Amino acid sequence: MALTDLANPSRFLSFANRAIPWLGGFTVIVLAFGLNQAMSAPNDYQQGDTVKIMYLHVPSAWLSMLAWAVMSVAALGTLVWRHPLADVAAKAAAPIGAAFALLCLITGSLWGRPEWGTYWVWDARLTSELVLFLLYLGVIALWRTVEDPARAARAAAILTLVGAIDLPIIKFSVVWWNTLHQGSSFGLTGSTIYPTMLIPLLIMAVAFTLLFATLHLAAMRNEILRRRVRTQRLMQASTAN
Amino acid sequence: MSALAALLVRDIRIGVRVGGGALMGVLFFLVVVTLVPFAVGPDLALLKRIGPAILWLAALLASLLALDRLFAADHEDGSLDLLLMSRAPLELVVAAKGLAHWLTTGLPLIVAAPLIGLLLNLDPPAEAALVLTFLAGTPALTFIGLIGAAISVALRRGGLLLAVLVLPLTVPVLIFGVAAANAAISGPMPFGTPFTILCALTLASLVIGPFAAAAALRQEME
Repeated sequence: MALTDLANPSRFLSFANRAIPWLGGFTVIVLAFGLNQAMSAPNDYQQGDTVKIMYLHVPSAWLSMLAWAVMSVAALGTLVWRHPLADVAAKAAAPIGAAFALLCLITGSLWGRPEWGTYWVWDARLTSELVLFLLYLGVIALWRTVEDPARAARAAAILTLVGAIDLPIIKFSVVWWNTLHQGSSFGLTGSTIYPTMLIPLLIMAVAFTLLFATLHLAAMRNEILRRRVRTQRLMQASTAN
Repeated sequence: MSALAALLVRDIRIGVRVGGGALMGVLFFLVVVTLVPFAVGPDLALLKRIGPAILWLAALLASLLALDRLFAADHEDGSLDLLLMSRAPLELVVAAKGLAHWLTTGLPLIVAAPLIGLLLNLDPPAEAALVLTFLAGTPALTFIGLIGAAISVALRRGGLLLAVLVLPLTVPVLIFGVAAANAAISGPMPFGTPFTILCALTLASLVIGPFAAAAALRQEME
């Protein structure tokens, strides 16, 4: 089966139905292995047990950015090829990306409390992640405000692409802003992580990516089914008169 | 070209007449700045320190005011359809409307900023620096706002959504605008570094804004 065959929603649905259980099962296995590895990884000599938060926190941050990248590619699909499946992919990715961004912020806060003595610092990374979260919420709000799905898709696609330009600028500018006001309160200076910690982290990153793929595929399937129900309801309403 | 000039004149006229955003924006700017000492206390030293930040924040909020009507009003009375069908490139039409919006909402703020700065105990060099950063930065606010205005053009109650969509995108402009103003007042950073980046952000938004807004309008109006 060629990859382009998946562009047909019905073929995509049958592919999704077959793929989701396998992908989900694989995700559970890798996630369990990764968590096991993370829990048996050595503690940090300064931070003790709290360093374990890293194995959730860092992959969440990566995935929150990956989800926006997926949305940007889907946005190109929407604007250039007008493909309905690209609309569905973009819409399905937004809440998942927002959830990862929120997870990153929450785990970061919980990690920050014992290590920095505060839940929140206006540090460059925290701020840019918060802005990313706000952009996700804006896109979701746009999806929910426009009634016609095709029009909502095109509006959200433009916002997604502008956001994709803006995100690196925000990231860069807050680094700047931070150095103007205060020194970095925390930095992995010499960010070489020792292999005993790096390998569990990478396994967790793979597990989170698989989790994203599973959730995204399932959310796309649900969205396609939701649209079919919507179309049938509209047809029913128009024939009832 | 004359069509664009006519559009510019028309939008400026609409902006300065009753119901337009020009004077309302300045009034809103004044009210927001007046509220701050009530919230943080009338400590002049503190106000002087956070003055540029307050003025930038107030300008950011004031620039949002007339934005939700920018395309929506034209959409309601049908003139947006005429603009879409005109022979002038839509990107330039959008840019002309953005320029008119900036002339009627951004420019009055810049004129009013030194007077309102007095309320915050800013001294003349600080005010000069602030006006310079406003001149360089407020066009970016308008042209980023164009994108949000175009996306939310056909929505009822688009105003609140517009703010939610646009404000996160203006974060870099705010950061470098305030950074440049503070650098001129208290250092230690040289003024030129954040200021040139502010100019770069404005130039980039002058390009990206009209293209993205025109694309959004084409998609919306199909």
